[in-house]
Amino acid sequence: MTTLEKLKEILSECKGEDLDITPETTFDELEFDSLDKVDIVMQIEEAYDISLGENMQLSTVGELIEKIDEAVANK
Amino acid sequence: MAEKRIALVTGAGRGIGAEIALTLAAENTDIAVVDYSDQAAAQATLDALTAAGVTARYYRCDVSDFTATKNVVDQIVKDFGKIDILVNNAGITADNLLLRMEEAEWDRVLSINLKGCFNMIKHVTPYMMRKRYGRIVSISSVVGLMGNAGQANYAASKAGIIGLTKTVAKEFGARNITANAVAPGFIKTAMTDALTEEQKQAMYKLIPLGKLGETKDIANAVKFLVSEDARYITGVVLKVDGGMYI
Ligand SMILES: NC(=O)c1ccc[n+]([C@@H]2O[C@H](COP(=O)([O-])OP(=O)(O)OC[C@H]3O[C@@H](n4cnc5c(N)ncnc54)[C@H](O)[C@@H]3O)[C@@H](O)[C@H]2O)c1
Repeated sequence: MTTLEKLKEILSECKGEDLDITPETTFDELEFDSLDKVDIVMQIEEAYDISLGENMQLSTVGELIEKIDEAVANK
Repeated sequence: MAEKRIALVTGAGRGIGAEIALTLAAENTDIAVVDYSDQAAAQATLDALTAAGVTARYYRCDVSDFTATKNVVDQIVKDFGKIDILVNNAGITADNLLLRMEEAEWDRVLSINLKGCFNMIKHVTPYMMRKRYGRIVSISSVVGLMGNAGQANYAASKAGIIGLTKTVAKEFGARNITANAVAPGFIKTAMTDALTEEQKQAMYKLIPLGKLGETKDIANAVKFLVSEDARYITGVVLKVDGGMYI
């Protein structure tokens, strides 16, 4: 499963509906609030056994994928 | 009939917790009993729940143990598929005048009564959040509102539950999760049965309704707070004390 596919799964579960996302999708468009963002980051950290840090700023899906792949590579 | 709900009740092996579990079972709710006594001590409760026609399972766990509570919550979600209702009822006392109170007595009561609630809420809310539904009720005590000589640790833990409850109500309101507390007064249990007639008479004088409460009175308050009738109620402390603290 690619990171994008895994993210799609996590974001869809959080939203409670099937989301169509691309690397260009912004988190503003997806309308996640601060509680969602904490939940999403925690789920990613658990799924990949990585730490993304406390103050993750999420702008686009592509950026998040980069951060995840980087953290996984440095594990 | 409404969809079957799942309730996790801590300290449901006996006493008030057992009554809460039985009362919720009568409302089409399956029950996960979380208690740290061995299962034999809770067998009567489990049998009564099964006889009431619901699925009841026993999970032995100390609520003050952060990792153990995480594992138990994950296991319950595996077994039942979800958790709709969390009732934080497990609690202990270790009474002593503050001058005599040992550090260990303070730590033990705070870690079971207060941190236990934190642990359970912390591990259950991620599941509730995703379902956009949750009902959390924690059992405080009027002692948490009034203070009580000889119970500094207990009163602090029960007051702490109120601050925790109000905060959870604010943080998770947008997810349709409500958090409320029930503050019992003197409830008829094995503990109060052991009092002398003289001690009881002295207690009745403090209670406008002139008698002890029953475990059923607490269970009914919990039943209401997790019901559809209470869907717009969050962050409250419901005193069930016969007017002892007004
Ligand atoms: N009985 C009263 O008059 C009264 C008044 C006010 C508040 N309360 C509160 O109501 C709750 C229930 O009281 P009760 O009278 O039924 O008590 P109880 O001692 O009869 O039952 C408590 C249950 O909690 C379990 N428990 C204790 N510590 C635990 C732990 N660390 N992890 C898991 N389970 C644990 C015990 O095994 C027991 O089954 C408590 O929180 C108590 O503080 C009781």
